[in-house]
Amino acid sequence: MNIQGENKTQNRIYSLLPLWIVVGIFMIGPLLVMAVVSLMESNVYGGVHFKFSLSGYRQILFDTNLFDEIEFNPAYLIIIGRSFMLALVATFISLLIGFPAAYFISRQSNRVKNILIFLVTIPFWTNLLIRTFAWIIILGKGGVIESSFNFFGLLDEESSLNLMYTNSAILIGLVYSYLPLMVLPIYASMEKMDLRLLEAATDLYSNRIELIRKIILPLSMPGIIGGSILVFVPCLGAFIAPDLLGGGKKLLLGSLIQFQFSYARNWPFGAAMAMFLLALVILVLIFNARLNRKHREYASQK
Amino acid sequence: MTLKKVNAIEVKNVTKVYRSSNTETRALRNANLTIYDNEFFTLLGPSGCGKTTLLRLIAGFEDITEGSINLFDQEIVNLPPNKRPVNTVFQQYSLFPHLDVYENVAFGLRRLKKDESLTKKRTMEVLELVQMKDYATRKPNQLSGGQQQRVALARALAPEPKVLLLDEPLSALDLKLRQAMRYELKTLQRETGITFVFVTHDQEEALTMSDRIAVINEGEIQQIGEPEQIYESPSNKFVANFIGEANLLSGFCKTNGENGLCELYTGHSINLFVPSHIKQNDKVTIFIRPERIKIVKSSKDKSQLSISEFTYLGNAATIQLKSNEQIINVNLPIEDLKVFKKGDYVDIEFPKGSAQVID
Ligand SMILES: Nc1ncnc2c1ncn2[C@@H]1O[C@H](COP(=O)(O)OP(=O)(O)O)[C@@H](O)[C@H]1O
Ligand SMILES: [Mg+2]
Repeated sequence: MNIQGENKTQNRIYSLLPLWIVVGIFMIGPLLVMAVVSLMESNVYGGVHFKFSLSGYRQILFDTNLFDEIEFNPAYLIIIGRSFMLALVATFISLLIGFPAAYFISRQSNRVKNILIFLVTIPFWTNLLIRTFAWIIILGKGGVIESSFNFFGLLDEESSLNLMYTNSAILIGLVYSYLPLMVLPIYASMEKMDLRLLEAATDLYSNRIELIRKIILPLSMPGIIGGSILVFVPCLGAFIAPDLLGGGKKLLLGSLIQFQFSYARNWPFGAAMAMFLLALVILVLIFNARLNRKHREYASQK
Repeated sequence: MTLKKVNAIEVKNVTKVYRSSNTETRALRNANLTIYDNEFFTLLGPSGCGKTTLLRLIAGFEDITEGSINLFDQEIVNLPPNKRPVNTVFQQYSLFPHLDVYENVAFGLRRLKKDESLTKKRTMEVLELVQMKDYATRKPNQLSGGQQQRVALARALAPEPKVLLLDEPLSALDLKLRQAMRYELKTLQRETGITFVFVTHDQEEALTMSDRIAVINEGEIQQIGEPEQIYESPSNKFVANFIGEANLLSGFCKTNGENGLCELYTGHSINLFVPSHIKQNDKVTIFIRPERIKIVKSSKDKSQLSISEFTYLGNAATIQLKSNEQIINVNLPIEDLKVFKKGDYVDIEFPKGSAQVID
């Protein structure tokens, strides 16, 4: 029995070998490269000097001034904070839209459900950059929104709603980009839900709102948490929506990193910021896992 | 002494048709029945006959196609399930997995906005009633099937419904537990005085627990009556066969009326009531339970009946008699076990009142 069991685990490890190789090459590999780059010296012509240095990391918090003195520089911390807030708000808005959407889809007949889920995934078929450009046409000066306001006489020709290049524009872009990642996991957990539980709750005098609050919401919690992570993490590092819709006026983490690798040619600093971002994400995940466990312990004690 | 019976549920001309894009299923056809207050009423029938459908119509989970349902003289067809003062014990229990036993049981009371102390009192009371008080903090997945069953029962009882609907609540339990729970459920019903509408496909369950039974087949109610009535005078062949063992023997009528006479194809004559629409020489089917037939020793030259099967059951035996045309099942009481053996020639007698002409 025991030996067989061991064999089984061994078999499983071997049979997953191709997967490990793929994960290793395509996920761990680039990360390692990034980690190494973050520990090198920058090279103004692009690439790096292969010489160990912590300057990339130091730059996050400290600056060298004209007199070659090192002084504290909060500029990047502010950017990090702003990115965090924006990602948080974007996640929250996605949840507010995504939960009812997933609920609505899950209540449809099988045929309609499949069509709606298909529609939810359609945006993934075109490039994110192109889709974000479309929002410029919608939000921009003389764009779809402003011209319809003009049409109904709510806005005269000369003035503008100034929708573009604001935090709201960035949020719209972020929510638009990552909303499907919120809808799909919530929908999946709602699909798994035993519909007879809803009947049982109705039988026990629940109205529609209590049904959602007391049964559907708690039972789709795994989907909500999963969706929130799937939205929050890419929002934190996003640069397309912030650059195009926010006009790069207020720098965000993603744009900052992207900028270091392109125009600024400070790869180690960009890599160090990326590693820092990674650390933040891991922290969020750990925090979330803890929260989950606490929640479960509390629930089973109560 | 006759007590005036209060109608708890009246099902009037109820028809239910399930429609999907290309099929129509008639799950109930023109069903009529009245369930009295404080009654243990059972819907009995083979799987797919429409029992669950009727229960779900009463609970409000399905829209009625035709007819009406009254609950204590109030029409309820247009009320949503959460406005009907009935509660259901579901076949798969359907306990809320994210709530512990206490919260599951308190669920209905909380929705009814009962105050906290009353909720607590009532919840503990019903948990006590089903002997699950010690498990109040457990989650449903930490309970055995029987325990989940009790919690489901407590949850449905807690809001003090006027009628409790139970959809095959015992079918998922193993035999021993099932038998113990039969007794408990019956006691619970008597103690609480709540009207139980109990669904089962198990005739033994129905006979042992019910005050009255409605036998259903293919969406139609076949017979409504007390267990004895249904067992001893089934109204048709389906009921006779579905409940207990039955001999349905062919013969023809010699005289009809209160003191009628029929002759079986085995040559035996039986005195019994023969309805007047049956005329002389009409073919009849005669129903008799295996335990009502008496057998006596005979010999080859006097009888064509011989014991073709002999099944020993420990405290009794069932035997099969074969004559050239028919098979008759007889239950042999324990004192006769040693008297007969396979191959013996025997004769049979039908005690007065044991046989009945059946449609
Ligand atoms: N939701 C439904 N849609 C279509 N047909 C159904 C549905 N529910 C039940 N039926 C059909 O109605 C008939 C009665 O079903 P049901 O009431 O569940 O029977 P029982 O509970 O006696 O086993 C069956 O033929 C079943 O297939
Ligand atoms: Mg059923």
